Amino acid sequence: MKTFVQGGVMALALTTGMQVGADEAANLVINGETEITVRTEAPEHLDNLSKIYSGWIFRSDETQALQMDDFDNPGMIFVDQGRDAWAVAEGSEGKACADCHNEPESLADARATYPKWNDEAEEVRTLAMQINGCRTEQMGAEAWKYDGSDMLNMEALLSSVGRGTPINVAIDGPAQSMWEQGRDLYYTRTGQLDLSCANCHEDNYGNYIRADHLSQGQINGFPVYRLKNAKLNGAHSRFKGCVRDTRAETYGVGSEEFIALELYVASRGNGLSVEGPSVRN
Amino acid sequence: MKRTMLTGAICILATMTIAGEVAPDDVVFSEYGEVEKSLSGLEGDPTTGKEIMVARGKGNCIACHQVTALEEFPFHGEVGPTLDGIAERRNAAELRGIVANAKMTYDGTIMPAFYKVSGFTRPGDAFTGNAADGPLSPLLTAQEIEDVVAYLQTLSE
Ligand code: HEC
Ligand code: HEC
Ligand code: HEC
Repeated sequence: MKTFVQGGVMALALTTGMQVGADEAANLVINGETEITVRTEAPEHLDNLSKIYSGWIFRSDETQALQMDDFDNPGMIFVDQGRDAWAVAEGSEGKACADCHNEPESLADARATYPKWNDEAEEVRTLAMQINGCRTEQMGAEAWKYDGSDMLNMEALLSSVGRGTPINVAIDGPAQSMWEQGRDLYYTRTGQLDLSCANCHEDNYGNYIRADHLSQGQINGFPVYRLKNAKLNGAHSRFKGCVRDTRAETYGVGSEEFIALELYVASRGNGLSVEGPSVRN
Repeated sequence: MKRTMLTGAICILATMTIAGEVAPDDVVFSEYGEVEKSLSGLEGDPTTGKEIMVARGKGNCIACHQVTALEEFPFHGEVGPTLDGIAERRNAAELRGIVANAKMTYDGTIMPAFYKVSGFTRPGDAFTGNAADGPLSPLLTAQEIEDVVAYLQTLSE
């Protein structure tokens, strides 16, 4: 229903069935200083793509522009909220993130390397899991809700200080089996529409599907501020929406399947820059 | 066990009430993916077919196909080929086969099967994200497939 209304409004604005073009040749420099790699050679493990692209280049000129200056980027408010939380002592140890990590900038490399194998916990951890690990194990505080606003604010902060860093997720060693699980999920066709991630984001990126300009479904921009719901969105919530749209039973946010899928999808973006909080429609 | 057998029986009764209709699991495809006979046993209505082609909750065919005759309905995708002039390239049996289950014509195609209810991985309850509760309904009914086929047959250059 909602999509119908939106479609109607857009139809009035345009009066023709033509799509709003995107400038796929544009380059992204944030605040006139931080250069973002939005297109580069595909990582070696990817057989079916020669080049990888950030979702930013498939967005309209107006949406692209919102990400070029932090004063225009609606996601930056949440970075500020994350920065406030960074200094707040919580839990039985009475500690704040700042007590152990000083400035958030000291974790500038974190976003680019997660999901990552954690030796002590013997598991692949997403950035959200690591943050909750610090909260429960180091601070004696309660875990934040996966993809909830406290967590997304903190992830937005850690992404923002890492912008421009090339994504470099390890896919070998102890993470390999989970990476393979994620790859299998990526190519599995699900639901009554019988579609895999690859059908849309590998075989058809650059094409329009109804009014949507398909990207490669990269996650270097997460957490993402979406104009559609006017808030930050986590990668698992995005995965969930895409799986639901195949008329399938989805996996849960924070589930093992989505952790594996996140690891695999992140590795498809190895070489693109961290650019969160990014802006999408 | 008893319960499932019972609901199964009720379902069979329910589908059997529509006389002359071919159930999704019983559709016979030729070697090239054609379906010769009407799935509903009746003629299709091109006017209804047109509505189904553009409705998001129904065929939503223009999500992937450009059709000049449907230009008043935005937006047209570009995942599949244009359907302009399709009536001259494909006959009714071919079109029926493609709309019912395009994978029988094009191996591995992205185009969804509109008259198929089994063989899916993790089928959901429509677009809720929850598991399907009970047997699936096809995306389009037998008559709706016929209506779409009738509309496609009006698309000559
Ligand atoms: C009591 C000290 C302590 C506090 C408080 C703490 N951490 Fe940590 N944090 C650590 C230690 C020690 C490590 C490295 C060991 C590990 O991997 O668990 C770490 C690792 C991390 C990492 C992974 C860095 C990397 O490059 O892999 C992130 C991200 C992180 N912390 C975020 C946070 C956030 C956000 C908070 C506040 C919510 C926080 N931490 C609070 C001690 C702390
Ligand atoms: C029916 C086609 C379709 C399928 C199948 C699909 N998606 Fe998407 N996805 C979209 C559309 C449309 C968008 C919004 C436009 C865009 O960025 O491509 C999107 C957006 C995304 C984004 C956001 C990209 C960004 O830059 O913000 C991610 C990530 C994503 N998809 C991942 C996935 C994953 C993982 C799967 C498989 C579980 C999947 N998608 C399956 C259509 C699809
Ligand atoms: C998700 C995208 C998608 C949707 C939705 C879709 N199609 Fe298709 N369709 C395709 C693709 C792609 C092909 C080309 C076959 C291939 O190469 O896989 C195709 C092929 C066809 C053909 C054969 C074209 C020719 O030139 O021979 C017809 C007819 C057709 N589709 C009709 C429909 C109708 C009618 C609907 C709606 C009930 C529909 N399609 C929905 C993607 C789609």
